[in-house]
Amino acid sequence: MRITVNGQPMDVRDGLSLDELLAELGVRREYTAVAVNREVAPKSTYATRRLSEGDRVEIVRPMGGG
Amino acid sequence: MQDSPLVIAGREFTSRLIVGTGKYPSYEVMKQALEASGAEIVTVAIRRVDLSGGESLLDHLDPARYTLLPNTAGCYTAEEAIRTAYLAREAGLGDMVKLEVIGDSRTLFPDVQGLVEATKVLAREGFVVLPYTNDDPVTARKLEDAGAAAVMPLGAPIGSGLGIRNPYNIKIILESVSLPVIVDAGVGTASDATIAMELGCHGVLMNTAIAGARDPVAMARAMRLAVEAGRLAYLAGRIPKKLYATASSPLEGLPDWASS
Repeated sequence: MRITVNGQPMDVRDGLSLDELLAELGVRREYTAVAVNREVAPKSTYATRRLSEGDRVEIVRPMGGG
Repeated sequence: MQDSPLVIAGREFTSRLIVGTGKYPSYEVMKQALEASGAEIVTVAIRRVDLSGGESLLDHLDPARYTLLPNTAGCYTAEEAIRTAYLAREAGLGDMVKLEVIGDSRTLFPDVQGLVEATKVLAREGFVVLPYTNDDPVTARKLEDAGAAAVMPLGAPIGSGLGIRNPYNIKIILESVSLPVIVDAGVGTASDATIAMELGCHGVLMNTAIAGARDPVAMARAMRLAVEAGRLAYLAGRIPKKLYATASSPLEGLPDWASS
């Protein structure tokens, strides 16, 4: 299935969980937050949250800013 | 003279200078500048993770040492700003947020309607909301009513370095709300920070003035001293301004130089 991660289209296997996606992308978990289709996904739901075709995932972290 | 701490929603801070983490020439310079500024609160932006890897801000910034204040920079609606605040909280940055709802891309002036709306929602959800606002006393009061923990009026547009363009409004804001007033944006050099503090502001927030200086570390120290100087002068109580001179030396006891 095709999803979008941080604006990039990505082909992933059906039913991939958020937890698995983050592991595959090698994203560090600390000070990181995830939103799926504009809704914030609590960390406690990563393992059970299955992604679906067309999902838009945003993975964010603190960056330099004023 | 003993100063009281800066208190934001019951949390005490010794430093009245809040510093941003953007636009430094390198992480190393940023680290040294933050150190030289004496700041305890530093602002951060919330942005997409670089999926190709690489260094991250928090590899260079100890969250145990600094209170991280996430901003909602780049948000043009209350909804975007609220979502960003939630993301920051979920990322583990705590519940303080520097709330920005921008109304215009050229001036980066706030959309005060969206700002008040977002403040109301986030305060209700338990956030400690520090809204970046106009130098408008009426909006400041609305933000207080909406549940803000402080108000942060701009001195001048973000990154402009124009200083405190309307000190009288800042003064009126100070009299209009019973919250900490922190000048956020517009500071260009040390004297601007001093002026803000002399007016009675509780703190100053800046980024570009330090990060964009030729020597950011030296400017960070200058800002630290400027904020302290302004605060001390405010507490000390300045003399009133007068149009004519008042002699500092006694008028009596002058020798007589008149020639016979």
